[in-house]
Amino acid sequence: MSMKISNRQVDGVSIVDCSGRITLGEGSVTLRDTVRELLSKGRKKILLNLGEVNYIDSSGIGELVSAFTTVRNQGGDLKLLNLTKKVHDLLQITKLYTVFDVKDDEAAAVKSFN
Amino acid sequence: MRFPARGNEDEWIGFGVGKFIHKIFAMTKQRVSYTLDSTLETVDNAEQTATRIAAEAGFEEDEVMRISMAVREAAINAVFHGNAYDPGKKVRLDFESTARDLVITISDQGKGIDVSKIPDPLAPENLLKTSGRGIFLIRSFMDEVQIHPSHSGTEIKLIKHVHGPAVDGKEASQ
Repeated sequence: MSMKISNRQVDGVSIVDCSGRITLGEGSVTLRDTVRELLSKGRKKILLNLGEVNYIDSSGIGELVSAFTTVRNQGGDLKLLNLTKKVHDLLQITKLYTVFDVKDDEAAAVKSFN
Repeated sequence: MRFPARGNEDEWIGFGVGKFIHKIFAMTKQRVSYTLDSTLETVDNAEQTATRIAAEAGFEEDEVMRISMAVREAAINAVFHGNAYDPGKKVRLDFESTARDLVITISDQGKGIDVSKIPDPLAPENLLKTSGRGIFLIRSFMDEVQIHPSHSGTEIKLIKHVHGPAVDGKEASQ
């Protein structure tokens, strides 16, 4: 299953709903393009909803890191929402779990940006 | 590195599946080998094949996932870093299942990885790097990992013990 992505605005926060696989190739590129497009529109509060992401490889992890640093470098913030166990475990063993601000409640996550 | 031509191994029989697998030239009861193009499709096919073979070997679902992820990362390294998508270079993928182990060997025809130059992705200064986690993940997911680089390519051997890590199990990189 390839990656599907859509985004919506909630109280000034861009929630990016991802599903499928974030892997080398299409999945990583789709995520990168989406984040870049949001930033180009001045939307710098980004919440990546990974609740439907069932697979991620090292390239996908790299893309999450890239999105995080790109948004931060432009004065914004990027947080993660609803990690699946697989993604959670991967972020744990790569020590990235403490780098990202990880949320499990959408409303609370949106509020945390303000 | 020279891969054997199709049919050179007398005990192996050839068959074909799927348009992305360039050649499947060898299979015995417990061993299967593939020679694959240096493409993204090869990465996906290597992962899918690993998933199937690990499941058939009797590993639990979580272990199957770890094995398939390790194989995917090794295939990425072979296709992307080793062969650099060169259409003239192939990736060799071998699975060997025994009563004790599942042994997966991935070989490329690149310049050979310098293991000593692989940075520690867990070091604070590397945490926010966007690459360099593949070998780390492979080592995390498998019981033993052996890396054999040479001037004509890199061979990486991934071993998963059927009944968990052996008492004397250890990782070796050369």
